[in-house]
Amino acid sequence: MTEKKSLWNWEIIRKALVDSFLKLDPRGMVKNPVMFVVEVGSVLTAALLISDALNHRTGLGFNLQITLWLWFTVLFANFAEAMAEGRGKAQADTLRKAKGETMAKKYKENGEFEDVISSMLRAGDIIYVPAGEYIAGDGEVIEGVASVDESAITGESAPVIREAGGDRSAVTGGTKVLSDWIKVKITSNPGETFLDRMIALVEGATRQKTPNEIALSILLSGLTIVFLLAVVTLQPFAIYAHSEQTIFVLVSLLVCLIPTTIGGLLSAIGIAGMDRLVQYNVLAMSGRAVEAAGDVNTLLLDKTGTITLGNRQATEFFPAPDVTPERMADAAQLSSLSDETPEGRSIVVLAKEKYNLRGRDLNSIHAEFVPFTAQTRMSGVNLPGAIIRKGSIDAITRFVEEQGGSLPKKVRDKVEEIARAGGTPLVVAENSTALGVIYLKDIVKGGLKDRLARLRAMGIRTIMITGDNPLTAAVIAREAGVDDFLAEAKPKDKMDLIKREQSKGKLVAMTGDGTNDAPALAQADVGVAMNSGTQAAKEAGNMVDLDSNPTKLIEIVEIGKQLLMTRGALTTFSIANDVAKYFAIIPAMFMISFPALKALNIMFLHSPESAILSAVIFNALIIIALIPLALKGVKYVPKSAEALLQRNLLVYGLGGIIVPFIGIKAIDLILVALHLA
Amino acid sequence: MTANGWMQYLLFSVLLLLSVKPVGAYIARVLEGEKTWLDFLLRPIERIIYKLSGVEPEKEMNWRQYAFALLGFSAISLLLTYGIERLQNLLPWNPQHLVAVGPDLAWNTAVSFTTNTNWQSYVPEAVMSYFTQMVGLAYHNFLSAAVGISVAVALIRGIRRTNSETIGNFWVDATRSILYILVPACIVYSLLLVSQGVPQNLHEYTQAATLENSSVTQSIAQGPVASQEAIKMLGTNGGGFFNANSAHPFENPTPFTNLLQMLSIFIIPAGLTYTLGRLTGSPGHGWAVLASMFILFSAGFATVYWAESQPHPLIHGATQTATATAPGGNMEGKEVRFGVANSSLFATITTDASCGAVNSMHDSFSPLGGMVAMTNMMLGEVIFGGVGAGLYGILIFVILAVFIAGLMVGRTPEYLGKKIESYDVKMSMLYVLIFPLIILSLTAVFVLSPQIGLSSLNNHGPHGFSEILYAFTSAVANNGSAFAGLNANTWWYNVCLGGAMFGGRFLMLIPVLAIAGNLAAKKSVPPSPGTFPVNTPLFTILLTGVILILGALTFFPALSLGPILEHLLLRSGQLFS
Repeated sequence: MTEKKSLWNWEIIRKALVDSFLKLDPRGMVKNPVMFVVEVGSVLTAALLISDALNHRTGLGFNLQITLWLWFTVLFANFAEAMAEGRGKAQADTLRKAKGETMAKKYKENGEFEDVISSMLRAGDIIYVPAGEYIAGDGEVIEGVASVDESAITGESAPVIREAGGDRSAVTGGTKVLSDWIKVKITSNPGETFLDRMIALVEGATRQKTPNEIALSILLSGLTIVFLLAVVTLQPFAIYAHSEQTIFVLVSLLVCLIPTTIGGLLSAIGIAGMDRLVQYNVLAMSGRAVEAAGDVNTLLLDKTGTITLGNRQATEFFPAPDVTPERMADAAQLSSLSDETPEGRSIVVLAKEKYNLRGRDLNSIHAEFVPFTAQTRMSGVNLPGAIIRKGSIDAITRFVEEQGGSLPKKVRDKVEEIARAGGTPLVVAENSTALGVIYLKDIVKGGLKDRLARLRAMGIRTIMITGDNPLTAAVIAREAGVDDFLAEAKPKDKMDLIKREQSKGKLVAMTGDGTNDAPALAQADVGVAMNSGTQAAKEAGNMVDLDSNPTKLIEIVEIGKQLLMTRGALTTFSIANDVAKYFAIIPAMFMISFPALKALNIMFLHSPESAILSAVIFNALIIIALIPLALKGVKYVPKSAEALLQRNLLVYGLGGIIVPFIGIKAIDLILVALHLA
Repeated sequence: MTANGWMQYLLFSVLLLLSVKPVGAYIARVLEGEKTWLDFLLRPIERIIYKLSGVEPEKEMNWRQYAFALLGFSAISLLLTYGIERLQNLLPWNPQHLVAVGPDLAWNTAVSFTTNTNWQSYVPEAVMSYFTQMVGLAYHNFLSAAVGISVAVALIRGIRRTNSETIGNFWVDATRSILYILVPACIVYSLLLVSQGVPQNLHEYTQAATLENSSVTQSIAQGPVASQEAIKMLGTNGGGFFNANSAHPFENPTPFTNLLQMLSIFIIPAGLTYTLGRLTGSPGHGWAVLASMFILFSAGFATVYWAESQPHPLIHGATQTATATAPGGNMEGKEVRFGVANSSLFATITTDASCGAVNSMHDSFSPLGGMVAMTNMMLGEVIFGGVGAGLYGILIFVILAVFIAGLMVGRTPEYLGKKIESYDVKMSMLYVLIFPLIILSLTAVFVLSPQIGLSSLNNHGPHGFSEILYAFTSAVANNGSAFAGLNANTWWYNVCLGGAMFGGRFLMLIPVLAIAGNLAAKKSVPPSPGTFPVNTPLFTILLTGVILILGALTFFPALSLGPILEHLLLRSGQLFS
């Protein structure tokens, strides 16, 4: 799944060759107006050729070659599309294999379960999955905890924990439970799973054109009509000049002029863009989302996991004045014993290592664990006679004040000092007394700074989202090189931020996994849900990252940009090509009647026949030659728009004018050498 | 080519470029309804006009209402002019007792002046009465220019506004354009022309004895020339008071008036690029667009000047190189007063700007010189272009350039913060399509038809083809100049050229307003380093390239059978009767 497929896979090519012919069906062709015109032209010349042959007219050799190459033009374009589809399908098939048909234990109404095959499952069904069995469909864990092997989907071999409730409750069909058991509520009907949707997206037949693709198609159709007009009216002009043209020559001119290069490759580019995302283990729910990714102005990056490495670790305890380090460490550990977050665990570990405090059984001391909530912003335990809390300075200040105490200045100072150093201070309090500060440290991911700088060069603003206080946030923001940050963020703040950015006309991308991220994911223009996240999050976003790696947002943006750039580059190239084709065909058309027009034959092509044939052949071959570019995308270098435009205009604009002069001349030489013209 | 010739170009260019900022800034003030130094005088008049006509100046229009007002207004004034022409024998100011104009010519002329084309299938001094010229025609010279400015400004508003339903008020835009820009400028301009000797009267034609033979008299045509001359140039109308147009000493008597006339053709279209930059808050963009126009203009001039300076390959024995006493080059059809350089410059300017006033016979230009004149029009009249029309025309090309190349920066295309989407592309392509559709299809019909098309030709072979192609190009481009070897005053030509002018103006105007409306409703994306740059030299190159490639690709086949073929055949010594 993660390994990249080589471009020229024989199996895919063989299938694509067959598909190229199947796609000649005019009902499908008509969706691509440019190539449809070529097909109509091909049919017309073929019909004339047959009639010429039956009536023993002259010029059959030339006309036959023209007709064949016109058909090749259509077939090459179809081949490009079929190749892109083939590669996409190959990706999908790998996934589909993982899925296969599995048996599931479905609960009946009476509480017992029966064995059913996975395709019988409907949304809402509840299944039981014991260790060693495959999960039969996408769903949500409603009971139990299990380690699950998701390598079939993500390529990551380490098992992951899936448990009921919280943000790690989603499971994907085709993954395997390794230990323990879970009860899963199926959330999708057959044919509607992520996999099914992705497979549909890479299949040309059901693929929806994206908004920009539609706009581009309109431009290309418009240009086709302009050229149709230029060619159709050329015949009356030629008749006036007493040098009437054959239909073969006129169709050749038309096909050379209309933008067949981009017309033939447009859908391949779109499919390949989706496919490239899949190679990065990202499933896009629509092509529109990929396009939007290229347009993103603002990137919301969660601090934890995206900007900083994993989680913060407790590194030191700073007791308040008149509190012994042991007392503080003890309270810190008590408050964290049931706290399963990495931070909580690191506190328990630190207390054990530094003060040799062992973990205790909470039940035996009649402790009641109080979990962290976004509203209280603190967690802790209630013991008989003591309420211990740890949390951010604001939350604990409020807590201590409610209890009638106040926070000593030394504690405040310490908090600020830690925050300024980029750490996260957690204050521990027992009843009305603040016991001290825990120093949690953040480590910024290596190489992230450079990548964020690249984003800035592209004009993308990054905003770090964190629950930390502004001071801490500022330090990490500076260290990582993000443009802005949103500190002490509650889910609603994130939503507000997105709306604010959007009201300024900006497109916003974000990642998220929790259920409380769902509204923001839905609001964002590009919402990437982590595969490990909840079903709600996945439903709300328009992409799912199977690796659950939030940093991948950057790659997604780059792929979106690459897709758009490839489209623009080939459009420019295609239009620029026409200059050379005119200089090949126009003199060839009228050289016989007006030898003076030889002056326009600046490529010194051998004869009128060889000139026209060379242009038509070049026009067909360039489609094949550009298939790799269409599938791989143009080389992407993160630079400012001005620099990118300069580079691409030089390569595809100027190159597009020059290349066909060389290509047509070369083909002309070959044709002459082979005595074909 | 001579150093003096290039000096003429330089002098013109420097004066033009100096005018851009003050003119553009003034137009911006006028159309934004800001205070101007003429307010004390014009503001009361403006209020009275609104009061009398029932216009509510504060009430803005959406693009459909704007288009409806514009089209309805143009249709009514077209009919009015048609009526005046048909009834001129009954109307005053007709000292020569000219008869009523025939229906086909009246239609052609009414459309011609309504559309800012000023194609003239007739000899004005022999066909149109003073009343017709002043009330029926000169009136359109103001209105059609004002319509052009209004549409351009409506489009600028569309680009600039966000989440807006409306694009301005047509009545206000047109009124203010006329009142604050065209009328004051024309009053000063007319007086300048009068000071140079241009007549301004309502006299009968003078019967004068000729110098050669005092028993032979000559009828010297005259009339209210200066006033019509001013708006003819300033509004890029181009319809001459006399048949000889600006080659006539009464229309264009001195080198100074010649320079003034050339400048006044370009001055508003050039200024409008500054208006664009100013109103969209991106002055650099205005300059970039101007640079593109200026490059195309300069290239055109250089080619015409070079072509016209070449000796005729089939004339031997006569001096054809420039000397102190001889102009050199191709002087056929050129005024000796203006010579090769000023004729080439005037021809380039008038065809660039969809003006159509001429100070030489374009038909007599060398094939390549004539081709440049034709190409200038075929590029869509966007090289400065008609008043207003040039700006909105080039903005369509800007949208297409941004769309084609914009993707190459890795974002969906965006122009000054506005996303360019299917609807904008559809309308832009419609605009681009209508133009060659009318030109090429009508040319095709006429070159195939011996009766209705070819019988009007005085030349055959490729030049005859060029004459017909030029006529339809000039009509659709709303230029009005002609390869006058063609007799276009026939029923078929009058009717079809009338239709071509109508389509070239009003069919193309609608998509522009639709784009304005659509852009106005969009939200705007703030600029960032990732935004497609539209204010750089690179953008100028791109825009120039797109205009050249789209125009050239459409018309290259036709041109290759017209002027290009004629040029090559001429060099090989082949002539046509």
